[in-house]
Amino acid sequence: MFVINCPYCGEREQSEFKAGGEAHIVRPKQPTELSDDQWAEYLFMRKNIKGVQFERWVHTHGCRKWFNMVRDTSNDEIKAVYKMGEKPPTK
Amino acid sequence: MTKNLRVKTSKFIDETYKISFKFNGKTYYGFKGDTLASALLANDIHLVGRSFKYHRPRGIMSAGSEEPNAIVQLHNNSSRTEPNVRATEIEIYEGLEATSQNCWPSVNFDIGGINNFLSPILPAGFYYKTFMWPASFWEKYEYFIRKSAGLGKSPTEADPDVYEHKYIHCDVLIIGAGISGIMAAKTSAKNGFKTLLVDEKHYLGGSTIYQNSDHYKINNQVSSSWLEKEINEIKKIENLEIKTRTSVAAFHGYNFLLARENLTDHLPVDQRNNKTRQRLLKIRAKKVITATGSLERPLIFNNNDRPGILLCSAINKYANLFGVACGEKNILFTNNDTAYETAINLFNKGINVEAIIDNREEIDSKLIKDAEKYNIKIYKGYTVVNTSGYKRINKVSIMQLSKDGQKVVGSKTSIACDCLGISGGWTPAVHLFTQSGGKLKFRDEDQVFIPDIYPSDQISIGSCNGDFTLDEILVDLPKTLKKFLNLKITDYENLEVKSSFNKSKRNIWLLPSDKAIGKTKSFVDYQNDATAKDIKLALREGFRSIEHVKRYTTTGMGTDQGKLGNMHALGIISETSNSKMGELGTTTFRPPYTPLTFGTIVGRNVGEYFDVFRKTPIHDWHVQNKAKFENVGQWKRAWYYPKDNESMHDAVQRESKAARDSAGILDASTLGKIDIQGTDASEFLNRVYTNAWSKLAIGKCRYGLMLNEDGMVYDDGVTTRLDENHYIMTTTTGGAATVLGKLEDYLQTEWPELDVYLTSVTDHYATISVCGPNSKKIVSRVIPDLDLSDENFPHMSFKNTKIDKIKCRVMRISFTGEHSYEINIQANYGKSVWEKCMEAGKEFNITPYGTETMHLLRAEKGFIIVGQDTDATVTPIDLQMDWIVSKKKYDFIGKRSLYRSDTIRDDRKQLVGLLTENPDEVLEEGAQIVADINKSPVEMLGHVTSSYYSPNLNKSIALGVVKGGKKMMGQRLIVPMENKKINVIVADPVFLDKENKRLNA
Repeated sequence: MFVINCPYCGEREQSEFKAGGEAHIVRPKQPTELSDDQWAEYLFMRKNIKGVQFERWVHTHGCRKWFNMVRDTSNDEIKAVYKMGEKPPTK
Repeated sequence: MTKNLRVKTSKFIDETYKISFKFNGKTYYGFKGDTLASALLANDIHLVGRSFKYHRPRGIMSAGSEEPNAIVQLHNNSSRTEPNVRATEIEIYEGLEATSQNCWPSVNFDIGGINNFLSPILPAGFYYKTFMWPASFWEKYEYFIRKSAGLGKSPTEADPDVYEHKYIHCDVLIIGAGISGIMAAKTSAKNGFKTLLVDEKHYLGGSTIYQNSDHYKINNQVSSSWLEKEINEIKKIENLEIKTRTSVAAFHGYNFLLARENLTDHLPVDQRNNKTRQRLLKIRAKKVITATGSLERPLIFNNNDRPGILLCSAINKYANLFGVACGEKNILFTNNDTAYETAINLFNKGINVEAIIDNREEIDSKLIKDAEKYNIKIYKGYTVVNTSGYKRINKVSIMQLSKDGQKVVGSKTSIACDCLGISGGWTPAVHLFTQSGGKLKFRDEDQVFIPDIYPSDQISIGSCNGDFTLDEILVDLPKTLKKFLNLKITDYENLEVKSSFNKSKRNIWLLPSDKAIGKTKSFVDYQNDATAKDIKLALREGFRSIEHVKRYTTTGMGTDQGKLGNMHALGIISETSNSKMGELGTTTFRPPYTPLTFGTIVGRNVGEYFDVFRKTPIHDWHVQNKAKFENVGQWKRAWYYPKDNESMHDAVQRESKAARDSAGILDASTLGKIDIQGTDASEFLNRVYTNAWSKLAIGKCRYGLMLNEDGMVYDDGVTTRLDENHYIMTTTTGGAATVLGKLEDYLQTEWPELDVYLTSVTDHYATISVCGPNSKKIVSRVIPDLDLSDENFPHMSFKNTKIDKIKCRVMRISFTGEHSYEINIQANYGKSVWEKCMEAGKEFNITPYGTETMHLLRAEKGFIIVGQDTDATVTPIDLQMDWIVSKKKYDFIGKRSLYRSDTIRDDRKQLVGLLTENPDEVLEEGAQIVADINKSPVEMLGHVTSSYYSPNLNKSIALGVVKGGKKMMGQRLIVPMENKKINVIVADPVFLDKENKRLNA
């Protein structure tokens, strides 16, 4: 069970959080203008990386804020957490 | 006549405190400080159990939690009986009753022992191979196999004991209070770290504390005396917490550990009342120091499992710690110096050692020279090839080993004995380290796996790190601790250490015999009766992965998880398949390290505390009025209110009829309520619902359907515009939490520019729904000031009003199709308003109805229930609810998905009404719907989602999803049941009052 450093509350147990899948997938501004394939790309396609992955998490049993997290899925090392709207760390 | 094998007094045993206990019905005595195993040995009892497969007599092998054989059933009473308890761990107490397991009628005469003679036809994989044919017989075989499976008997009654969970946060956790652990604890705590030290035993000091020998000295003191002073010191340190009888069960990532603290199992039975039996500690440590020590390896030779065969270190511990001799004629068999240490200790206690058989040819160490002084016959370069004695060893046969150790040469010699100590060297206890995700490396020189890569802030110290000798440990430890804890100095710089132990070892995984391997029984896993022969057979049959060999032969799969023999299994695999140990790896070490009882795992979450449940403010009234309840999510909802022994069916029919004929009342407090405010609230609703919201006037209500981005129906409910920028949304009972979560997600991540605030107010309001033709009259009596005329208060509108000075909101909305009102009032007034409505409705026979009647009434109207009539594959178009999907809105959640190639198919499953040809026949919910029963295979068109007998229509009605159902109106379909076929006609899903006349009745 990880300890997650919520950008708003600080370190908390993983059980207070929920994972929300891959991060930085922006909902298209004009869905009606997309082809089925383009829409499907947004709707269904998610990476499942063994290694460093950018993820969305929410502090459900805490501040209820969504934030992003960089996690190595092979060893669960959390490399960074940052607020929604902030740029992902480059390193 | 039993002998007394208690020798010189040990200071760990209180001989003034005699304790009686029962083993297999007979009373024996031991002393305070004894384990069941040491007390039995003192009474010269070795035979305690039978092995799993062959029912071979087995004795005590070890003196710790690694014990494979001496596992017993404890009987305190019928609900407290406990199987598979290690006799080596349980401290004896007044009232202890234990029996042997896996034997019938008794451990001395066990019918199952016949398996031992059948063993040539019971090879590895016997069950897999034998019970495959004919396949249809499996059910018959299974009955017998199940009967013979399992060791002990589980209790048949609920566990009456109390268990609890406790969270502990600390800077440094130290697992194991041997010499390394004690030194680490003192260093950590004295330097200001909040430290927790745990050990599975009831005493501190590990194996050093009872070694009273000149061969091990620290700063010129005998090591045990030196350590005793250290222990006395650490007990005084304030920020050090010490927990004994505490076994770490699991080491998870991020230094999260679970440990079981045993609080009462050692107490006399009459002192346990009202005490917590065990505590599950949930430990989060910033740093972890693992000092779990090492386990002595057995040696693998023919018939190495007889009662009276123990590990050398166990014999040593029984003599030194418990003052018990394991035998009178002892022989030790070893491949390293451990046996000499044991021999010298036994001599000092006045226990005879007849001979030491050492498989090493050339040996030379201080220990050995000293042992020779005691006139012990030492056979160098020899191995044991066989033992005899069915229920107790009485003889060993030895032969000389060839130079390469692959075979035996010369003639066989037999030596009589009543106890054989074996030592195959030491295996670091790396279980917890690997559980945490640590990676091991193989050290070739002494054939051990040791920690290599640490996944978290932790270290392993002492013999669990492969440092086996006292000097190695003490020289390295200060350096290691300084680095790990970032310190400049420790109390242990430049300790003077004397250790006579020489590390030389001749490792032979499977010792050769004069017999062919097929004729030997060299046990690798004692508890599961897996032999070297079985492992070799598995390899011959093509198994290569160690995980497969493990499962096929069941090596390492007992309650002891193969703590003793797993390394030998690996060694034999590696030798037979010519692969390197390091490359072969190990099988996975899984938690728990030693078995946990379920009680400890669940703690206080039993019975009514198993899960939280939510009650509405009106709950007590429902209870008083004998409602039956149904669980909806965590809510307890009134299901129906049976009167005078009414059946559920009769109650629901009565309630349904009353609601339409006169008046019904429903507790709808569980519906999710989300308060939505902000200048962009209308725009937000536009985006989350399929229909348009901008033009909804203040004071009006509207039904909304919410989709997922994939176009599938997610939730529904009525939302009311309370003010310009203020709405109250209702959700389904089960969907309340997830809907709020989803809305927050979109607001925070996709549309942060919107000025919208969401607050869950589900628990803040009680919701009472009064429906039926007389509802207006009833509500007018409850709220006389409110003008209920259709002009002032039409359907789908809302009013702020007061009941006795208490503000409330009243909506005129309907889920039943009847004229109805929903009163929302501050939760704590809910029950009194409900009672007011009951009083006011008395003359109209106002009838409380539960969820079942609510479902029936809405089904008559063809209203869907999300989650019952829909699953995650149904679009609003499939529901024939095209009317609610806005064509004008540019976008809303799920809109684009409604015209994907898949969602516009004509032959999707669509919601339709179903009427049975026989109006009295009620379909089963979930039943399949087909068109042609003779086609093979029969094509499933869909299934029944809701089905009731309608007392208002006097016929059976149902809803269902059917492929291409929209175009099948009037068509006959078939619902095939187990013993009949039911003909149904596809119909309009609205069965009652299609014109909605009743809403304004």
